[in-house]
Amino acid sequence: MQLTRRQSLAIGASAIAALGLSGLPAFASATDDLINEFTGGAEAGAGELSLTAPEIAENGNTVPIEISAPGAVAVAIFADGNPTPPVATVTFGPLNPTHAVSTRIRLAKTQNVVAVAQMEDGSFQMAKSEVKVTIGGCGG
Amino acid sequence: MKNAFRLLGTVAAVAGLAGAAMAGAGPDEDELVVNGEIEMVTEAAAPAHMENIDTIYSGWRFRSDETQALQMDDFENPSMIWVEEAAAVFDTPDGTEGKACASCHESPDTLAGVKAVYPKWNEAAGEVRTVEMQVNDCRENRMGAEPWKYDGGDMTNMVALIASVSRGLPVNVAIDGPAKETWEKGKEIYYTRYGQLELSCANCHEQNYGMMIRADHLSQGQINGFPTYRLKNTKLNAVHSRFKGCIRDTRAHTFAPGSPEFVALELYVASRGNGLSVEGPSVRN
Amino acid sequence: MASGVKPRVKVPKSASAGETVTIKTLISHKMESGQRKDGDGNVIPRSIINRFVVDFNGQNVIDVKLEPAISTNPYFQFDATVPESGAFAFTWYDDDGSVYEDKSEISVG
Repeated sequence: MQLTRRQSLAIGASAIAALGLSGLPAFASATDDLINEFTGGAEAGAGELSLTAPEIAENGNTVPIEISAPGAVAVAIFADGNPTPPVATVTFGPLNPTHAVSTRIRLAKTQNVVAVAQMEDGSFQMAKSEVKVTIGGCGG
Repeated sequence: MKNAFRLLGTVAAVAGLAGAAMAGAGPDEDELVVNGEIEMVTEAAAPAHMENIDTIYSGWRFRSDETQALQMDDFENPSMIWVEEAAAVFDTPDGTEGKACASCHESPDTLAGVKAVYPKWNEAAGEVRTVEMQVNDCRENRMGAEPWKYDGGDMTNMVALIASVSRGLPVNVAIDGPAKETWEKGKEIYYTRYGQLELSCANCHEQNYGMMIRADHLSQGQINGFPTYRLKNTKLNAVHSRFKGCIRDTRAHTFAPGSPEFVALELYVASRGNGLSVEGPSVRN
Repeated sequence: MASGVKPRVKVPKSASAGETVTIKTLISHKMESGQRKDGDGNVIPRSIINRFVVDFNGQNVIDVKLEPAISTNPYFQFDATVPESGAFAFTWYDDDGSVYEDKSEISVG
């Protein structure tokens, strides 16, 4: 079938729009792979694990986050829209009573911050938070 | 002129799309107390010389809750690392005379009140001086030391130290008497449109403060919080660096840090904050 | 050794036996991510603090593996149990092999 230029432009534009609406599959699957590596393929469900991050980051350079993982041995943190998703892996020692940590991270653009906790009983929990990263204005 | 209007039109359209929840929001209602003890005045009646604004607000009031929290505690505020470094430099002799700042000034605390009244007319020198100019005067003429680069790390750290001991004190720069001429020059610069984009300080900071420019929550452009730790470049920034950045963003050939134009502008802009508390070193975006 | 790297820690001076204390730590470090390019278009190589360990009297409190997504001037806040008087030992490991340390004593009882 012969496409007119108008038709092929329309198809192209809607394909790009569709990609835009569905997010960025390329990065998201890289994060999924890393999560699977951490969990050994096991399911990570909801639990007491909580991740607190701002809804809108004033500047992607320094985004404060807080993680609370009662009963966890370690927590792996990912940013699924960053060029390299791993953010940090936190292991809690015997003298850690609350299994919580706060830090400041870099986010390249609007994306999900994902925390995956490895529990003492060998199971896994996951928590996700979307952070909108804005482009500055006249920030200089 | 036409181009500027077209740009402002585009900016307004993008701002409208960016988030109805954020557009047109003025300063927030939060209160700033640092370390649980230094109460900061972040809102005051505008000084008499300001014709177009009734109430002045510190830049702190325009930042997100997370950014504001970083300034409320001297540990959370990364600036203090460099303030501590400057305190060590304060005690270290430098230059041919074998003197340190401490040789004359004893300790940084004795400089409380200084930042609040600078820039200031210096009778002996016959000019308005900024803190940076005064530091270099001491270094060259009393310590026999090399002057520091005006907006370099060493200088900005020292200005941050000097500002930190004035925190909570009201900004109170003199705009009359011998300083008047410099102040008038600074006022003229504030209201002059610069660059390809033909924007003056007033266009954004007086006519549109509280609005969003793309995703930036525009403040009144007050400088009571300088030097400031910017999240954007994760370091301390001096006032003249910021002026330079702003004017460069209008796509103009900008003035240089330490230039008479920026000294005049700093005096004028500081006077627009008379009544707010010295907050430096602050945390901004 | 990366230049100008300074650690700071905030730890209470005293606690009761078994109490939970909150600790804050900051270290001034550029955390060069390896994503930036210089003026000529060459990638600036990664150079970050890659690990942060906190022990108390030889027992571990927290062990963090840092990636380039941790902000410049890495900041961490966490809790610790203080069973007895002693010292917290803070250690940061740099990609370039440098090790930065800080210590903070706490008295109990």
